[in-house]
Amino acid sequence: MDISIRIGGEAGQGIQSISSIFARTFVRQDFYVFINQDFASRIRGGHNFDQVRISNAPVRATVDRVHILIALDKETTNRDIGCLTEGGVLLFDRDAIDFTSDDPNHLSIPFSKIASEVGKSKIMINSVAIGAVIALTDFELQPVLACIEEQFQQKGSDVLENNLRSATAGYEFVRRNLKIIPFFKVPSAKTVRRKMTLTGSQAMALGAMASGLKFYSGYPMSPATSIMEFVASQAERYNIIVEQAEDEIAAINMVIGANFAGARAMTATSGGGFCLMVEALSLAGMTETPAVIIVGQRPGPSTGLPTRTEQGDLNFVMHAGHGDFPRAVLAPGYPEQAAYLMSKAFNLADKYQIPVIVLSDQHFNDSYFTVDKLDFQDIVIDRGRILSDQDLPLPHEYNRYAAGDSGISPRILPGLTKAVLYADSDEHTTAGHITESAAIRNQMMRKRMQKIKGIQQEIGPPEIYPGGQAELALLGWGSTYSVIREAVDQLNQNGNFAQMIHYSEIFPFNPEHVATEALSKIRIIAIENNYTGQFADYFSMATGLPIDQRILKYDGRPFTPAEIINQIKDAP
Amino acid sequence: MMDVHSRLLKSSTRSKMPLRRITMVTLEDFNSDDPIAWCPGCGNFSILKALRQALVEIQQQPHELVIVSGIGQAPKTPHYLRCNCFNGLHGRTLPVATGIKLANHKLTVLAQGGDGDGYGEGGNHFLHAMRRNINITYLVHNNQIYGLTKGQASPTSDAGFVTKTTPQGSINPACNPLLLAIASDCSFVARGFAGEIDHLAGLIKAGIQHKGFALIDIFQPCVSFNRVNTFKWYSDRVYKVDADSPYDTKDRLNAFQKAQEWGDKIPIGIIYRHQRPTLEEQIPAIADQPLVAQQTDPKVFTELLEIFK
Repeated sequence: MDISIRIGGEAGQGIQSISSIFARTFVRQDFYVFINQDFASRIRGGHNFDQVRISNAPVRATVDRVHILIALDKETTNRDIGCLTEGGVLLFDRDAIDFTSDDPNHLSIPFSKIASEVGKSKIMINSVAIGAVIALTDFELQPVLACIEEQFQQKGSDVLENNLRSATAGYEFVRRNLKIIPFFKVPSAKTVRRKMTLTGSQAMALGAMASGLKFYSGYPMSPATSIMEFVASQAERYNIIVEQAEDEIAAINMVIGANFAGARAMTATSGGGFCLMVEALSLAGMTETPAVIIVGQRPGPSTGLPTRTEQGDLNFVMHAGHGDFPRAVLAPGYPEQAAYLMSKAFNLADKYQIPVIVLSDQHFNDSYFTVDKLDFQDIVIDRGRILSDQDLPLPHEYNRYAAGDSGISPRILPGLTKAVLYADSDEHTTAGHITESAAIRNQMMRKRMQKIKGIQQEIGPPEIYPGGQAELALLGWGSTYSVIREAVDQLNQNGNFAQMIHYSEIFPFNPEHVATEALSKIRIIAIENNYTGQFADYFSMATGLPIDQRILKYDGRPFTPAEIINQIKDAP
Repeated sequence: MMDVHSRLLKSSTRSKMPLRRITMVTLEDFNSDDPIAWCPGCGNFSILKALRQALVEIQQQPHELVIVSGIGQAPKTPHYLRCNCFNGLHGRTLPVATGIKLANHKLTVLAQGGDGDGYGEGGNHFLHAMRRNINITYLVHNNQIYGLTKGQASPTSDAGFVTKTTPQGSINPACNPLLLAIASDCSFVARGFAGEIDHLAGLIKAGIQHKGFALIDIFQPCVSFNRVNTFKWYSDRVYKVDADSPYDTKDRLNAFQKAQEWGDKIPIGIIYRHQRPTLEEQIPAIADQPLVAQQTDPKVFTELLEIFK
């Protein structure tokens, strides 16, 4: 069973409230749900949709064809009717939308009339639509009513009753008036409250909090704002300070200050905000102050497509900042990994006293994933070497930038020892004082850059799926994990043809992870949500391996498995 | 070896009990061995002297003091003191200082920079730090010129001021930081003069002891590049607001008037002061102990996952 439902309409019509009720209902019945949110940069109006995919097997990519299309506005019937799969059903309201059809699969439901009469308000249209879909999929009504009850119980008994009645009326209307028998069906299931539904943003925020995040500062920017909002919603419960900064420059400088004083701190932004942070990124590199920055990509250049997705900032984050200094770049592929990578980001930042960038994108941040299991048992908090008074026989002689193992100088935290420290953005002596000495400059550059070797050893290998031999490697990174994996599964239905090579720990590159000789014998196809194939260039440069084909998408929308497969030359 | 968190905890408990200290803090405790790189006769020497004097008067432990500075001549100051120093970016002192103070509010946090740093590059942060009323003290060495970059107009240069970047004289009027501060409801607004060291030390002491954001704008003659606003120029003009009659620092309208005085007579002293809640005392997360002393157990977050089921 693998059914997709698209709910299209204007911003403000409650698309998300419909999709979130579906997600909760079906996940509680032990199905897997994936929601792709496609919305324009406006609060009211425009054309938006949520696409809900429901399956009894794990699904984490969006598809081209849908089984049910709910049109809450005329634009949806204009634009999206072509997305309906053969035998799929369109639900619309003839009273509200100027659309006529004698196709029996195009079912007009008087959403508005039912909502006004049964639900006593036009706002109840969403509940009528929910009930209608449940009837179409031949599923029981009770589980969805239970979720509606949970959603609305705090809004008073009238609101709750009206929603329940509207959903029931929508359900009954379809039962009475449907002239066809849909080929798709959701089998009945038991209610099991086991799985979770969460977004990529929430997964990253959870991972950060469980890794000891104590201070968050940020400036709102799509698609990173949801990270700040989630941390803020839990800040009081877990003693975290969230400070909304006046701009991104302030945000990252506050994060550097908090880390300097010893609290784990991070910020999140998108490409444009990260542009403003770059001077301070270099500051973190020079002063050797830990900092964690999530960059949720959206299509650029400049304001670009503010609410849409792209992987176009990889080159930027790998090279941002004036001067040479060490850093790490991580890019989660799925929520469970994101939680773990946040912990790795903080540990690398503290241990090597460097900035660490976690690179995600709008598709990852805003999509809802079904997660079977997530726990924080394995998260280890490694703050790196921090000295106390006992470690400092001569506190007056503490040198912040003393030569240490692998270029790492043990830190002290201000006020927590009797010693003092000097940190400086100017080139500095081991004591942290400003210097112009050529010899010390050389010594300090080597000390800082030496850390790259250690970081490189900690970078994990790419995920190869499935193992064994293949004729074709699909090379990807970050949020395209699930869609590439699904494409590989489809390509391999008749034997081992394709293999995914997915990178989530990107920079610094460790060439030891690449089986260069084996890969030189097969075709490598890079799959990226950007114009040039930024990772492909990086991979090719680091390994010497040519990239045989690039499948690139830069229209602001995520890939579907079919889009990838259709572009592969000589696919089986 | 004790784990980091128990050390942090122990240390933060210690810092709550200053009475236990036996030795007095003296001027020598603030000695630094970093050689000073200012021009001979620079106003910064007097400001450094006043700052040391104030720190001894309030018995500030050097290791519990953090000075965040920007880029310019003034931001070199913390190197010439024994203290914790973070010399960061031009204009970004206040966000770094805010992060430090919120991470460990037991520390005494000062920010230090020049007029270009604070009122030019860092103007936005200046406004918002005052709005937050975070308990830090901000010393702005105001010489009405860019010194480090060798003599260009600054945001506080007077109209008509001739520099290499304004050869016909500056067209723009000078920004008035005190007026900006009073308008932003800054809870402590003062002006000092490098030529009045004891008076300045008193202002710095009052600023650090004030609970909330304290701005101290300090006239700091630049002997190399500003031939107009010299020691003599300032000495001839400055007068102490409370020299002849009592001055009500709480009266905001009066403060607006006082802050507009410029020309033959320029007031120095505390221009405006009132109490309002500080940022950090309104944050429940640090009501019991500073962030740096708090430990995280990753496992407790498993319970939070219930909201997603």
